[in-house]
Amino acid sequence: MSDVITERAIDRSKMEISDEVAIHISDMNKWFGNFHVLRDINLEVRRGERIVVCGPSGSGKSTLIRCINRLEEHQQGKIIVDGTELSSDLKNIDKIRSEVGMCFQHFNLFPHLTILENCTLAPIWVRKMARKDAEETAMHYLEKVKIPEQADKFPGQLSGGQQQRVAIARSLCMKPQIMLFDEPTSSLDPEMIKEVLDTMIELAEEGMTMVCVTHEMGFARQVANRVIFMDEGQIVEENEPAEFFDNPKSDRTKLFLSQILGH
Amino acid sequence: MTNISFVREKPLPQLPPPITESTTIGWIRKNLFSGWLSTLLTIFSVYFLYICLKDFIPWAYGGNWSAGSIRECLDTNPDVACFSVIGARWRQLLFGFYPYEEYWRPILTFILLFVSVTPILSRRFAKYFWISLIYPGLAVWLLWGGSVWPVFSIYLAFVFSGLGFYIARNQFKLSTGLSLMIAVISLIVFYLFLASPFVSLFKYILPINLVVIESMQFGGFLLSMIIGFSGIAASFPIGILLALGRQSDLPLVKMICVGFIEFIRGVPLITLLFVASVLLNYFLPPGTSFDIIVRVIIMVTIFSAAYMAEVIRGGLAALPVGQHEASAALGLSYWQSQRLIIMPQALKISIPGIVNTFIGLFKDTTLVSIISLMDPVGLASMIRAHRNWNGIYWELYVAVGLMFFVCCFGMSQYSQYLERKLKTDNS
Repeated sequence: MSDVITERAIDRSKMEISDEVAIHISDMNKWFGNFHVLRDINLEVRRGERIVVCGPSGSGKSTLIRCINRLEEHQQGKIIVDGTELSSDLKNIDKIRSEVGMCFQHFNLFPHLTILENCTLAPIWVRKMARKDAEETAMHYLEKVKIPEQADKFPGQLSGGQQQRVAIARSLCMKPQIMLFDEPTSSLDPEMIKEVLDTMIELAEEGMTMVCVTHEMGFARQVANRVIFMDEGQIVEENEPAEFFDNPKSDRTKLFLSQILGH
Repeated sequence: MTNISFVREKPLPQLPPPITESTTIGWIRKNLFSGWLSTLLTIFSVYFLYICLKDFIPWAYGGNWSAGSIRECLDTNPDVACFSVIGARWRQLLFGFYPYEEYWRPILTFILLFVSVTPILSRRFAKYFWISLIYPGLAVWLLWGGSVWPVFSIYLAFVFSGLGFYIARNQFKLSTGLSLMIAVISLIVFYLFLASPFVSLFKYILPINLVVIESMQFGGFLLSMIIGFSGIAASFPIGILLALGRQSDLPLVKMICVGFIEFIRGVPLITLLFVASVLLNYFLPPGTSFDIIVRVIIMVTIFSAAYMAEVIRGGLAALPVGQHEASAALGLSYWQSQRLIIMPQALKISIPGIVNTFIGLFKDTTLVSIISLMDPVGLASMIRAHRNWNGIYWELYVAVGLMFFVCCFGMSQYSQYLERKLKTDNS
């Protein structure tokens, strides 16, 4: 796996991390039946941070970020997103979901709607935007992810990389405060991984708060300001990328890194 | 060692396809006579078709259309069909005992049926959906007759309750649930206190009346169409709700839906029809009497709604869980995501099953002959009991079968068209 993900220099002028807390997770626990998937998670994400969560499969990293917009329900502890606490109150959940964008491993575009309709659906129905405005916003973001010419096609007619970029544009159309990425490149061909990562880098350059579960260590090294390593449902190690990769502290991290970077 | 290095200098030109791909003869050779087995099968199939049709075609083609009784038919030529019975009784087969001078009413209702389904079946006319909403009331009034105002008052009741909902929601800013409750209350209030004065007032001021036709006068294909189409129209939404209920997280809702579906599916339709014709009145409060056709429609509807629910549940189960997650992650509410994301896809997947259920329901309407309603099959038995036509079998049932076939084939063709139209991927 190559470490270099982009040839150009990353523009860090707008990558500012403010003191404002975007996501606050304290003493969070979660079980699937009897299985304790997330144990005592404490995490604070400030506005503008770009966090990469990595770890072996089954370590609970996806579950963690899915708790942030309550695709999974946590049983103990506190999650506060953008000042709103996640509880069983449906109003809060809807509010948080409309502020937090998410991209999935399998894109999850709506196959019965065109690309443009995929992008305008939520703004029209959740934000109550006028159709014309929603379409303008959608085209703006489709241009940003460099596929405005595909607007009238259906997802099934696009390549995987294009679909994932549409998925990113679809989330951006809701003008989210925070973006969650759940292994966005894991089901893509190598050629297409780059185009998706480029889009994510551009997003980071604009100062978006991002939490990414990914195995792209090059991306982690160059774009993230913090890397979190999880194993068996716990946060094992947490550090700046340079320190994390060059000088891992725990044995578990060393093993993981040697396996993932070794070939 | 040979040199394995190779670089193509210029691209290969496109060649025309081989003869088997382009011409008719090529097609025949490839698909009908490609080997000894396929040749044998082709010859056997042609022979089979010949056996099936060699007697039927002369029988049907030379059919006698003008005889007055089966006796006359047999005297003229006993080897051909005696379609005279259809000539003599076609009105009955189509309309039952509906009075002749009122035939324009079912015919108009039938024509309006096509007008009213167009907004549902074609996206281009979707904005005329209100026609489809008006149609049921209009059809009831046209078919059964009487004053227009009782039917009109039903619509008025819904308008009234909608108004209640709108005012509660927008003027008093109540929550959706509370507004719905107010809507229901206003519906009941309207029905209890306002409907009958309104009806009697308008009956007096503006009497618009049609001759009343009793339910027992309905019959033939008209009856099949009424029961079939009402059943289809009503069972579809109920089926969707049942399917959603069965997948619900609320245990009580889920239990009721599962219980209903499993019970109805476990009982033969005939039993339900007997319940409709005999037992239902015992369970209803004294004094209320439901029309027999309405009772049958209710039973047919709940019967096929249970099947519909299972068909749609299959479609729901086939959807990847990612679709639910993606719509939730975008902030869509449960009903929004069902309506905009989940149902359009689940229904598209289950189109063949849905149409299958519709066709089954439509043909099952012939079972009402058992509870002595005069659908085409019941009428066929009745006609055969007449002295003139005693002993006729094939001709009547061929005709009845043909009528059903045309309708069912039409539905099937529409569903295939729909499947092609809704295809959004490249495959």
